[in-house]
Amino acid sequence: MMLEIYSGPLDVKEILSRWLDEIDGKNWGAFIPFVGIVREEDGISALSFDIYEPILSKWFEEWQEKAKQRGAIVKMAHSLGDVPVFTSSYIAAVMSPKRRVALTLIDEFVEDFKANAPIWKYDIVDGKRVYAQSRSTPMAGAGLLSKKD
Amino acid sequence: MVKIEFLGPIEKETIELDVKNLVDVASELNKDENISIWLEKSAVAINDMIVNSLDLPLKDGDRISILPPVCGG
Repeated sequence: MMLEIYSGPLDVKEILSRWLDEIDGKNWGAFIPFVGIVREEDGISALSFDIYEPILSKWFEEWQEKAKQRGAIVKMAHSLGDVPVFTSSYIAAVMSPKRRVALTLIDEFVEDFKANAPIWKYDIVDGKRVYAQSRSTPMAGAGLLSKKD
Repeated sequence: MVKIEFLGPIEKETIELDVKNLVDVASELNKDENISIWLEKSAVAINDMIVNSLDLPLKDGDRISILPPVCGG
């Protein structure tokens, strides 16, 4: 299934209920969602996101394949642009026939997402959009073009 | 010519360079201090595939993306 990208905050209840419907009657024992909610801290009014969709789609397709090999399904929704505090910018979920596979996969999937999904985060403070540099992680393979002796 | 695009927070417009490989791209981009500070922490993609080697030929029309540190979620 497709990667879901929405402008602004996510409609968590609509997304989760639709994903649940996909496994209705399948006799699958586990549905494990992770819902990321924007916290009010450091004076921010919102977070804001840039996404590079071509590489994000490839990254997600590879995860769909990894999940399939373990008999599971991974789902993902993410916001583009501004997302106010107390609303959701990110939902990931794993569905599988058995609990253990889903619990392991959701952890690996969310961690790899943090490290390698081409998404950039900004704090909105006093109406300004400031790159969240200190919370950002260089992707695998970073530094290839940096100065060499 | 190859296109170089700078993603996310790197505030620079797409440029075109007449280069044959990634080593040439590296030496051109390192001439610009506003870009070179990003390169140490940035990943590189050719035509939307992340690459891990400088030893790759480039052909006319290739698109190179510079991807700075990420933070989704």
